[in-house]
Amino acid sequence: MSLSHEAADGITHVSGVDPIFGKLSWGVFPFYEPVIFYTFIAVALGGIAVVGALTYFRLWGYLWKEWFTSIDHKKIGIMYMVLGLIMLLRGFADALLMRLHQAMAASGGEGYLNAHHYDQIFTAHGVIMIFFVAMPFVTGFMNYVMPLQIGARDVAFPFLNNLSFWLTVSGAVLIMISLFVGEFSTAGWLAYAPFSGLDYSPSVGMDYYLWSLNIAGIGTTLSGINLVVTIVKMRAPGMTLMKMPVFVWTALCTNILIVATFPVLTATLALLTADRYLGTHFFTNDLGGNPMMYVNLIWIWGHPEVYILILPIFGIFSEIVPTFTGKRLFGYTSMVYATCVIMVLSYIVWLHHFFTMGAGANVNAFFGITTMIISIPTGAKIFNWLFTMYKGRIRFETPMLWVMGFMLTFVIGGMTGVLLAVPPADYVLHNSLFLIAHFHNVIIGGVVFGIFAGIIYWWPKAFGFQLAPFWGKVSFWCWLIGFYLAFMPLYVLGLMGVTRRISQFEDTFYSVYFVLALIGALFIAAGIGAFIIQIIVSILKRDELRDATGDPWNGRTLEWSTSSPPPYYNFAFTPRVHELDAFTQMKREEFVRPIDGFIPIHMPRYTATGIVMAGFMTVMGFALVWHVWWLAILSFAATLLYGIGHTFNYNRDYYVPADEVREIESQRTQQLTGAAE
Amino acid sequence: MKRSMPAIVLLSLFALSGCDMVVLNPSGDVATQQADLIIYSTVLMLIIILPVMALTVFFAWKYRESNKNATYEPDWDHSTSLEIIIWSVPLAIIICLAGLTFVATHRLDPFEPLRRLSDGQEIDPNVEPMVIQVSAMDWKWLFIYPEQGIATVNEVAAVVDRPIKFEITSTTVMNSFFVPALAGQIYAMSGMQTELNAIINEPGTYKGFSANYSGEGFSQMHFKFHGKSEADFDAWIQQVRAQGTILDRDTIAQLNQPSIAHPVTYYNSVEEGLWDKIVNLCIDDNSLCVNDMMMVDALGGGGLEGLWNRELFRGICSADDPGALMAMIRPEMRIRQDEIITAMTLVPPAVAN
Repeated sequence: MSLSHEAADGITHVSGVDPIFGKLSWGVFPFYEPVIFYTFIAVALGGIAVVGALTYFRLWGYLWKEWFTSIDHKKIGIMYMVLGLIMLLRGFADALLMRLHQAMAASGGEGYLNAHHYDQIFTAHGVIMIFFVAMPFVTGFMNYVMPLQIGARDVAFPFLNNLSFWLTVSGAVLIMISLFVGEFSTAGWLAYAPFSGLDYSPSVGMDYYLWSLNIAGIGTTLSGINLVVTIVKMRAPGMTLMKMPVFVWTALCTNILIVATFPVLTATLALLTADRYLGTHFFTNDLGGNPMMYVNLIWIWGHPEVYILILPIFGIFSEIVPTFTGKRLFGYTSMVYATCVIMVLSYIVWLHHFFTMGAGANVNAFFGITTMIISIPTGAKIFNWLFTMYKGRIRFETPMLWVMGFMLTFVIGGMTGVLLAVPPADYVLHNSLFLIAHFHNVIIGGVVFGIFAGIIYWWPKAFGFQLAPFWGKVSFWCWLIGFYLAFMPLYVLGLMGVTRRISQFEDTFYSVYFVLALIGALFIAAGIGAFIIQIIVSILKRDELRDATGDPWNGRTLEWSTSSPPPYYNFAFTPRVHELDAFTQMKREEFVRPIDGFIPIHMPRYTATGIVMAGFMTVMGFALVWHVWWLAILSFAATLLYGIGHTFNYNRDYYVPADEVREIESQRTQQLTGAAE
Repeated sequence: MKRSMPAIVLLSLFALSGCDMVVLNPSGDVATQQADLIIYSTVLMLIIILPVMALTVFFAWKYRESNKNATYEPDWDHSTSLEIIIWSVPLAIIICLAGLTFVATHRLDPFEPLRRLSDGQEIDPNVEPMVIQVSAMDWKWLFIYPEQGIATVNEVAAVVDRPIKFEITSTTVMNSFFVPALAGQIYAMSGMQTELNAIINEPGTYKGFSANYSGEGFSQMHFKFHGKSEADFDAWIQQVRAQGTILDRDTIAQLNQPSIAHPVTYYNSVEEGLWDKIVNLCIDDNSLCVNDMMMVDALGGGGLEGLWNRELFRGICSADDPGALMAMIRPEMRIRQDEIITAMTLVPPAVAN
């Protein structure tokens, strides 16, 4: 603790900034913390191993040419998922550290983390899990699946898509750097002012937070615009709005939410950045600053953000349930309206995050009741899935198991959420471990379960072979049991009056609950491990698991009509849509795949501009964190110039010759014949 | 069956915790009403949650692929009567819950004076609530008793069955004042004052703490709240008076220095006007009180003029000298002196004398 403060002190004196190195010095490497030191050693060794392997197998050129510079929505979607998975490991490591520390501290010891380090860990856990795990996963799904479902060849602005992805990576990279150079924020995942201001958080941790989210936030906003335009303008002929698959509907609503709320986040963080860098007083205690304004603004983004995460997941469930029950989705229309109602209502509930700020009874009651109203369309969705199962023929493949886990778990989280929306009840439950249990209940029981269901569901589409079910089921059961073991004790602890973000405890009274929660976290660790084993085992056994049909689950939407993996142009001919479950209808009417008469296909060219610009932005963020002004100016100018330079690149598109299409399609024909025999 | 596991885990955990759940089993009437509200709301929601969970399990079992006896209707996707039910039943429950919420939010508004002593016992309208002024500091709690003229750090006591009115602020970042056995929490924020009306019905010692993360010493930012009989309370006051020293601006300046796990400290007298200076962040001579600055700004002194005013009028405090404020504002505003002083709820010197 004392040492880290010395480090913090050494870099607080703005006036003493070195013109060349800014606030950087040898003292900024926090290797006096044993936990960080060993993590660094492990990460460094792991990094060297990965880099070495890539070099040894000569994969750099392949990765650069086929992936990093790719503007194919499918490859970008997969890269988003990889980012989410890597960051999940980091975010979950933070969770384990916290669970272990709290179990030790509640059992009579002091734990192994000092307060300063513990505060950084819970901040990093929240920031990473929301911005760099859940967001990349849902964006990845929308990127990969949505264009295929609407019968498009790519998104509306393919280059922008690549740039959005790399800007998100840039934010993640800055957070990872903060682990080893300097420190991370201690202000909690939403960085409430005035704590996050210069007066109370002088260290670079807050600056890492701000620049990371500023840069990643731009990426998310651009991606939102891109996907909205794609859905509005690029649907296959015949696909009217009410014939769009529910996942596309949820993607549309989600991206409208992104476009409308992420600018609020960016503006709020920009004002806080101005407070920290320019000496303004928007959110300080003194000179007319108003920290309450910060809390309002951040939640005006923060609450819709919750729905940005869960709506696409609802879409995923709405795809999986009809497929595995072999039945049309019950109440499609009410599902669509429910999604839209949730989208609108999510803007007018933000104050329920701080009833305890002392707004009057009328204000609190208004926001409490609007919050409860959201549970009506959400409940309708649950009923719709339920009645889709009714009179169905349910195959309990792994994705369907996740759906069952979700339906049983999510309703509990929904119930405790409505409970927290009753202001006087919130007065005693706010900021307690009950709240922590509630939002993990909906985020794990909803978002995370949905992510796993979706990955397993669409994996064969993306890679042409299925995931081995055994390890997937192990993973599911570990997650389910782990979730209940880890979070039910937290509900109880909340009712015992234990508040969140505590690192030291007065007595050993709570010990058993924290130990149970730790065991739960270990189960979840096993669940994550089993998931990774599942991927490795499936890759090794990919020939046995190969799916030649392109339609392993008897799917209902257009993505299953093309090959697995789809050709880079997705569809040789743009499909025509007549009904909601377009592919089911095609199968029913014994649609014949065209095997000739191909025409050249117009496609965009790959470009390195996205990754280069995001690289410059990362350098700029790092330079700004450390007050290395010359480097910040230089890298900002480089970003702009490179971007402007790109606008003069007229070699952006090309036509796939009809012969090449014919060749790819005839391979598919052979594959299909092989599968049929 | 495997699907009942969550319920079993939940139930056994509740059984394990027994009566230790202070939130559901508190000792003050406000918290008791809040606990009742939690129970009522939960029961109301279980009306719909339990059938949904049961149906999920039942449908999953009944319509499993291997059960060829179950009906299979792949194209059945709409039923107007079912849709009416799935929208209206949740709606009906939410209407009930919304009514409950509206009434309870108004009845349990922390700023409202209490209406009852406990269930069935009215409050004697002649009894004034005991005012306790609370300030969150890095990382400790300061309590000032204006009626008794004493102050304490990290320990607070109140008389059983006498209404308490907490006036709450912070000299530092946002905290949340919370004694779970007594009443719900309310934020402590600097430059402003929140209020919490509460009552303790059973004598005893209860935990209080900050429920909003505030930094390094946050985990140790707790205090003891004592519910005492009238006689015990008087004895406690005597003890504080006997052991304490004076609480003045210098002491506050020292307390403002961050400290972790600050020991319980007593003060036997409190400098006049100290609370106003704490709330308005003008403990030291070198700052301009927040309320004064806001008034000057509101009267046209914002922006660069505001910066100028801050430098010019450091240390002047309208709480000490309402006339001093007049020096700060533009000359043409000075004719509105009475109006301004009233608006700032300051007592004009003439009336004070």
